Amino acid sequence: MTMITIKNLHASVDGKQILKGINLDVKAGEIHAIMGPNGSGKSTLSSVLAGKNEYEVTEGEVLFNGKNLLDMEAEDRAREGLFLAFQYPVEIPGVSNINFLKTAINEIRAYKGLEAMPAKDFLALLKEKQKLVELDAHLANRSVNEGFSGGEKKRNEIFQMAMLEPKLAILDETDSGLDIDALKIVARGVNALRNKENAFLVITHYQRLLDYIVPDFVHILYNGRIVKSGGKELALELEAKGYDEIKKQFEKEQAL
Amino acid sequence: MIAEKTATTQILLDSLSRSSAKVPFINNEILARALAYLENKGIPGKSHEEYKYCNMEAILRREFSNCKQKSIQQAETSAFRSPLYLTIVLLNGRYAPDLSDAIPSDVVDVKAFSALGPNELAHLAYIARVEQDAFIALNTAFTGDGAYIKVKSKKTPAKPIRVLNLLGHEGDYILNSRYVLHLEEGALAELVEEQRFTGTGKVFSNLLSERLLERNTKLRAVHLQIGFPDSYTVNSTQALLAPQSEYTCCTFSSGAQLIRNNHNVVLGGKESAAHLYGLFYGKNNQLIDNHTLMDHQVPDCQSNELYKGIGDDKSTAVFNGKIYVRKDAQKTNAYQSSKNILLSDEAGINAKPQLEIYANDVKCSHGTSTGRIDETALFYLRSRGISEQSARKLLLQAFAQEVIDSIESEAIRNLVGEQFMEHLHVV
Repeated sequence: MTMITIKNLHASVDGKQILKGINLDVKAGEIHAIMGPNGSGKSTLSSVLAGKNEYEVTEGEVLFNGKNLLDMEAEDRAREGLFLAFQYPVEIPGVSNINFLKTAINEIRAYKGLEAMPAKDFLALLKEKQKLVELDAHLANRSVNEGFSGGEKKRNEIFQMAMLEPKLAILDETDSGLDIDALKIVARGVNALRNKENAFLVITHYQRLLDYIVPDFVHILYNGRIVKSGGKELALELEAKGYDEIKKQFEKEQAL
Repeated sequence: MIAEKTATTQILLDSLSRSSAKVPFINNEILARALAYLENKGIPGKSHEEYKYCNMEAILRREFSNCKQKSIQQAETSAFRSPLYLTIVLLNGRYAPDLSDAIPSDVVDVKAFSALGPNELAHLAYIARVEQDAFIALNTAFTGDGAYIKVKSKKTPAKPIRVLNLLGHEGDYILNSRYVLHLEEGALAELVEEQRFTGTGKVFSNLLSERLLERNTKLRAVHLQIGFPDSYTVNSTQALLAPQSEYTCCTFSSGAQLIRNNHNVVLGGKESAAHLYGLFYGKNNQLIDNHTLMDHQVPDCQSNELYKGIGDDKSTAVFNGKIYVRKDAQKTNAYQSSKNILLSDEAGINAKPQLEIYANDVKCSHGTSTGRIDETALFYLRSRGISEQSARKLLLQAFAQEVIDSIESEAIRNLVGEQFMEHLHVV
């Protein structure tokens, strides 16, 4: 079953065109990796899908489980099952992680016509998922991301993902700034959450993360478009050759 | 302008003279000075630097020129009782022992002004001097038979003392209420100051408290100024700190038409410390004006201030924090910070730190910031399924929490947090 269909997506920020016609289909149970050099539009794609206001969609459409995603407010996208693990998670002093997650879970449940989760169940869920991403209990009690190290912030993103159980999770350079141990923990979390009902879009710079989260498909984004798609071997090829070949190919096409 | 100002003051003085009893407990000389001050200076208008945003002359002329000054002597206080506190009630400015909780007399001594001996009377209108401000003068000239609360030497009341200033009246009403809180050497106390207005019509409450902290005492105070849309209040608080005493006060303001706080602390004894915190939320066309003064008179004292404000709709708010370090006050540490969030384009918050330093070996700093709700944080919360409204509320709660957390008593902290957040309607 197709989970998300991106058709000819164009988007700009401050009048500058960044996405220039993205086409992508992701089905339930799949993991897709999107790779590309700096400035190719990777983060713009994730921001547009999550509903960040600064980005203007100038053309194209996105269907998420058959619904028009681009018409929805950011919170409704999340309630429909979309999750973005931020490249730079935001510190929110004074809002406890627990209060934040409780509010999120209950608003998502209310959207689906469900009653608030009983406190006991919530605490049990919290414990279970904390263990999954090896997040210290004291971090869960602290303010959202406040004073967290880079690795702790990324782990907290995966923890939130585990708590919210989205249908489609977009990991925006979750590997950046992580040492190998933290990377393994994050990957273990993702692999444990992976099932036939959900899907992942893993946006990354390097092949390294894909050693641990093995993708079904790899796409190369360059200059606002997907210029090449393939299986997991494409990531290895890219690691060996770098992006130069892609760039040259692109310049050749531009010249014609 | 001058003629108008005098006219407003005269109307006010006439009206109060008719309705108020004579005040035999204020020394004649002070009484004469208070009246002379009012006749000469009048009620401050917007040309007065300290009342630039808070034109009291215009407000009193517009809203309180036709006061009936009809008070109700009975009050139903059962609704105001709380097991949390040792409540001392001032009813229309008079200490009302029958409405107050039973006082544990070995720890706390409460007397009406009219029952004071000469030693205690000497403290009245001594800590708050009439030439400091028109509202101190006004209160002194027309004060009711308020309460003198003394916490005995080395004692600690089991519960926080709550001073409840209860106003019952028919029609528009002006009242001057006053109390003194005196901590004898080594005493430790918590105070909650609260006002309730049960009458009909508008009310202008000019409340004054004098706080005397003797050597080695500790006072933790909370001012709850939440609710009552038809009320206009000026709250003058004057604290005098003896050596090694520590004073903390958190002021929560929201919901009234006007709240003006004049909070003055005199660090008059070595190694004394004062902490003032404030949290205010203005909406509609409300005005909240916080003026503070930390007067460092002697060496080795510390002061610290944190005021946070949220401005909505067309509200106006002010934080004016003055730190005065006198020539002898070497080794002073004084810090001040004011942080504000504006929720509307038409709201305004004016923050003004004022440092006057005459000593050369001191550490002083101040900072102020005013901004909007953090959009990145807002998006982060929304991206997890939280509605924009809830997300705003969470962020404002987080902003407010820092001040709420400065209340040491958990019970009061929770109560204040709930009351304040309930009041904070976010659209």
